[in-house]
Amino acid sequence: MRKTITAIALAMAVATPAMADLVVPNLSYRTGPYAPGGIPYADGFNDYFTLLNERDGGIGGEKVVNPECETAYNTEKGVECYEATKGSGALVYNPLSTGITYQLIPKVSADGIPLYTPGYGRTSAANGKIFEWVFNYPANYWDGASVAIKYLLDQNGGDLSGKRIALVYHNSAYGKEPIRTLQELSKKHGYELIEIPVDHPGQEQKSQWLQIRRDKPDYVLMWGWGVMNAVAIQEAANIRYPMENFIGIWWSGSENDVLPVGDGANGYKSLAMHGTGMDYPVYGDLKTYVYDTGKASGAGDQVGSVLYSRGMYAALVISEAIRKAQELAGHSAITAAELRNGFEALEITEARMAELGLPNFGQPFAASCADHGGPGHALIQQWDAAAKKWNLITGFIAPDDEVLTPLVMEDSAAFAAENAIAERCN
Amino acid sequence: MPDQLLYATEAALNGLMAGVLYSLVALGFVLIFKASGIFNYAQGVLALFAALTLVGFQNGQVPFAHLINAVFGTDLHHFGWQLPALVAIVLTAGVMVALAIVIERYVLKHLVNQPPIILFMATIGMAYFLEGFGDIMWGADIKKLDVGLPQGLNETIDAVTFEAFGYGFFIDNLDIVASVVAALLVISLTLFSQYSKQGRALRAVADDHQAALSVGISLRFIWVLVWSIAGFVALVAGIMWGSKSGVQFSLSLIALKALPVLMLGGFTSIPGAIVGGLIIGMGEKLFEFFIGPMIGGATENWFAYVLALLFLVFRPQGLFGEKIIERV
Amino acid sequence: MFYREAGDFKTSYADDSQTFPIRFDRLRYYAVVAVAFGVIPFVINDYWANAVFVPFLIYAIAAIGLNILTGYCGQVSLGTGGFMAVGAYACYKLMTAFPEVSILIHVLLAGGITAMVGVLFGLPSLRIKGFYLAVATLAAQFFLVWLFNKVPWFYNYSASGQISAPERTILGHPVTGAATTASAKYLFCLVILFALAWLARNLTRGTVGRKWMAIRDMDIAAEIIGVNPLTTKLSAFAISSFYIGVAGALFFAVYLGAAEVGEAFGIQKSFLILFMIIIGGLGSIFGSFAGAAFMVLMPVLLKNILVGQFGWATDLAAHVELMIVGALIVIFLIAEPHGMAQLWRLAKEKLRLWPFPH
Repeated sequence: MRKTITAIALAMAVATPAMADLVVPNLSYRTGPYAPGGIPYADGFNDYFTLLNERDGGIGGEKVVNPECETAYNTEKGVECYEATKGSGALVYNPLSTGITYQLIPKVSADGIPLYTPGYGRTSAANGKIFEWVFNYPANYWDGASVAIKYLLDQNGGDLSGKRIALVYHNSAYGKEPIRTLQELSKKHGYELIEIPVDHPGQEQKSQWLQIRRDKPDYVLMWGWGVMNAVAIQEAANIRYPMENFIGIWWSGSENDVLPVGDGANGYKSLAMHGTGMDYPVYGDLKTYVYDTGKASGAGDQVGSVLYSRGMYAALVISEAIRKAQELAGHSAITAAELRNGFEALEITEARMAELGLPNFGQPFAASCADHGGPGHALIQQWDAAAKKWNLITGFIAPDDEVLTPLVMEDSAAFAAENAIAERCN
Repeated sequence: MPDQLLYATEAALNGLMAGVLYSLVALGFVLIFKASGIFNYAQGVLALFAALTLVGFQNGQVPFAHLINAVFGTDLHHFGWQLPALVAIVLTAGVMVALAIVIERYVLKHLVNQPPIILFMATIGMAYFLEGFGDIMWGADIKKLDVGLPQGLNETIDAVTFEAFGYGFFIDNLDIVASVVAALLVISLTLFSQYSKQGRALRAVADDHQAALSVGISLRFIWVLVWSIAGFVALVAGIMWGSKSGVQFSLSLIALKALPVLMLGGFTSIPGAIVGGLIIGMGEKLFEFFIGPMIGGATENWFAYVLALLFLVFRPQGLFGEKIIERV
Repeated sequence: MFYREAGDFKTSYADDSQTFPIRFDRLRYYAVVAVAFGVIPFVINDYWANAVFVPFLIYAIAAIGLNILTGYCGQVSLGTGGFMAVGAYACYKLMTAFPEVSILIHVLLAGGITAMVGVLFGLPSLRIKGFYLAVATLAAQFFLVWLFNKVPWFYNYSASGQISAPERTILGHPVTGAATTASAKYLFCLVILFALAWLARNLTRGTVGRKWMAIRDMDIAAEIIGVNPLTTKLSAFAISSFYIGVAGALFFAVYLGAAEVGEAFGIQKSFLILFMIIIGGLGSIFGSFAGAAFMVLMPVLLKNILVGQFGWATDLAAHVELMIVGALIVIFLIAEPHGMAQLWRLAKEKLRLWPFPH
C-alpha cells in the first residue's frame, strides 16, 4: 500500500512543474488562523502580475507566472512549498511570514535564489554584506519601531523623557523583533518601556488590557498579526484608551483589524509603508485588464485594501527588479542569480512610481551591494470609522539610523560568525 | 482599600466573567461525554461553524459561493438580504440540529463500543472536516458578528466602585450579558434534564447505556438530542466570543480553554464544569496579575493546565467527577 | 503460497526467538532495508528528501516513541510537541556550546535530557489515569512551549527568539545547515531511525515490554503479579521521551534548520503524532511507520493532485484537503479501529491461504 501511494505521488510530483516563463512563486496562505491577512496580500500580488501580462505582455516580453502554494502560515508547509517550486526555475520568494523567512534564509543562500521580504522577516538582512540573497527594502521592523518613536517625539516637542510606552506584542519571533530597538531607544530618549506579550492567537487579552488600564501608559505600540489586532483594538476601545495614543505596526493596520470593532476603532493609528485606497491611476488599468475580464485573483473583493496594496507593492518591486535584471543581463529570460543583481542595482524613483500609475504611493529608494534595507521611512495613517477609510496624517518619517545601524551590524555579525560567512562588498 | 487589593479584586471579577465563558464551552463537552462517553474535541470547531453559519445567514451570503464560482464561473456572493439576528439564530440552530443528525447517522452509529481513545480521535477527524467544510461554505476571511449585544465598559459599575473605593472597576458589558446567558442556559438545561421526559431519558442513558436500552429508550435519538444541545451551546459560545473578536479560525481554539476546566471539574459533572470554569478563570487572571509580571507574562495558556494538574494529583477524578472504582 | 509457516523449522532457541521468525517476513524486511540503504540515497533529490522522506523518518521516530508510551504502556500523552521542543532546544544549546563534539552525540544527549524531563512530567501518571492524564500532559505541552519562548538563555539571546542550526558535519559531510545534500540528510535520519526502531522492537519483545503491556492491559492486576507500576510507568515515559527528544532534535537541526517553538512544536504536533500511531496501529512498531507515512504523504499527495493535476485554486484545494484528511481519519477509524497494522495482519492471514482459500 505504501509503495502504491509512493508511486502515485512520484507521478504527481513529476507531472506538475513544466514552465518556461518568469516564475515568481506566491507562497500564500488563504487558510488557517492568519488567512484574513494572507488573502488580500496574495490577491494583490497576483493581480499586479496579471496586469503586466495582460497589458504589456509580461516583462520585457516574457510572461510572468505565479504558481501559488498554500503554506497556512506553517513553516513545514512553507519548506514543502519551497522545495516543490524551486525546481521549476523560481526566481524569487516572498513568503509573508517571518517564521518561514528564517527557515528559507539558509536555503536560498545555498540554492542561489533571492528572497524578498518587504517589511517583515529578519531585520538584520538589511546588511547586504552578510545576507547576499535577502532583500527587505523599503523598510523593516526596527525602522518601524524607530519611526513610531520619532513620531511620538514629534508629538511631544522632541522630548519623551519620563513618558511611559507600552508595547503589546505577538509572543513570537515576529513580535519580539522590535524589543531590542525600543530598549535602545529608551536609553536615548529616556522613556520607560513596558513589555506586554500576547500569546498566539490572541483571542483573549483581558489581563493585558486591564494592566494597561491600571498602568495608564502614555502610549501603546502594537506588534500584532491576525485576530490579535482586532481583539486588542476592541479591548482598547472597551477600556476607553485614547485611540490616538495607540499605534500599530504596518501589519496591525489593515481594514480587517478595525472593521470588526466598528466605531470604537475611530482614531486608531498605524504605521504604513505605502499609500492605500483606490485613488491611483493604476487601478484604471487593473479594472480594464484584470477585474473586468474576470481574471482577478481570489474572490476579487479585497481590491484597494491595505494588505492588497501591500501585495501589489511587493509585486511591483519584484517586477522592477526583474526589469533591471533583464537590462543588466542583456536578455529577457533571466536566471535567479541575474535577478539578484537586479535587486541589488534596483532604484525606484518617484518619477518611476508615477509612470507605473502609483504616484506618491511608496518612498523612492536605491539598493546597493551593502544596503539591502532601503531608507526605512514610514508614514502614519489613522482610521476614520465613519468613512471606513485610512487617512495618511504625516509624510514619510525617517528612522533613527544612528541607533539602528549598530544594531543591524551587531545582529548580522552574530549570524555571520555562527555560519562562517565572510563579508562581501569590500 | 489599598490599590493592589483593588486591582486584584478587579482582575478576579474579570476572571470570573471569563470563567463563565469557559464553562459554557466546557458544558458542551460534559453533555456529550455523559451521554455517549465521547470526549468531543470538535466542540470548538462546532462553535466556529455555528458562528460562521450565523453570520452567513445574517448577511445573506451564498453558501459555497467560492466553490460554485470556481466550478461554474459565476460571480455569486450575496443573496442581497439582511436577516434579523433572531431569525438567523433560529435558522443556525436548525443547521446545528441537522448536523447532529448527520454526525449520528454517519459517524457515531458506526463507532459504538469502540474504546474512548478511538472516539476521541474520530472527533478530531470531524473537527478537521468541519473546519474545511465551514471555510468552503462561508469563506476564510474575518467576519464581523453583530447580534446587538452591548459591549464595552459598564458605566454603572465603574461609577459605583469609583464612589466607594476611588477606583472604577472595569467590567465588560459583553461579559455581563454572557454570564447572564450562561446562567440561564445552565438553569434551563438542569430543568430540562430533571423534569422533562427526554431529559430523564438522557440521564438514564448517562447512567447506564444497557439498562436504558432495555427499558426502551432509543440510544440513537438521545445522541442526536445531546449533539443538538451541544451544537446549540456551541452557537451561544460562538456568539459571545465572536462578538468580541470577529468570526475567524482562531475561534475554534477556545476548545483548548475548556479542557483544563473539564479536568478540574470532572468530565461527567455539569456543576463541575461551572465551578471549574470559575476557578480556572479567576485563577489564571490572578496568577497573571500577581506572578505574571515577575516571570514575563503570557502565562494564561499554561497556568490553567498546571492548576488543573495540581488539583488532579489530589483528586484524580476531578472535583465533582464520579469516583473511579477499580476492580481486578 | 509465499507466506507460510509450514516447513519453516527451527533447530535452536536463537532461531526460535528471532525477530522475524517467518521466512517471508524476514526476506521482506531485508529487501526494505536494502532499498532504504542501497537505492534511495542515490536517487533522492531535494524535493523528495525535504517534502517526504526526511519528515517521514523523523515522524516515524517520534511515532515509535509515543507508541511505546501509549500503545505499549497505555498512557495517553498529548505532550509530544512539548517534548520534541525539549529535544530541539537541548540539541541547539549543545551544538552551540560544544561545536567540536559530533552532532550524533548531541542528538543522543538531547534525547537523554528529554527523557529526564519526560520522567518529571510522567510522575503524575502514577495517580492520574485515562483521559485525565491525557489532558494533564497538555500542561507539559503548554508550559514547555512557554518556557522556551520566554527564557532568552534557551535561544542564546537572539533578537527574535528563533533558533537556527549551524553547520555540523559527520565524516566530512555536512548533515545540518544549508549545505547539506539530500542524501546526507536522509541517511543521517535513516541510520538513527534504524537503530532506534531495532532497539524498540527488541525492548518490546523483552521483559520491559511485557511489563509495559501488563500495565496497559490492567494496571492493578499487573501490580498484583509483581510488576512495579512506578518503575514500569516511569521507564515507559523515559524511553518514550528519549525517542521523542531525538525526533525533536532531528526535526529542528536536520529538517527545518531554524525553528520557533510555538509554531514548530505546538499542540498540533502532539495531535499529529497521536494520529499517526492510532491510524498506524497502537502497540505496533510497523504501525508507527505506516501511520507516519500516511500522515506525511496524504497531504502532500492530495495537494499535488488537487492543485497540480486539477489546477484548483490553492485555498479551495487546502479546504478540500482538510475535509478529505478529516473524513479519511473518520472512515479509517470506523473501518479499522486497530489501524493499518491490523490491515497488514489481515493481509498476511489472507496470504497464508492464498491461492487456495478453502
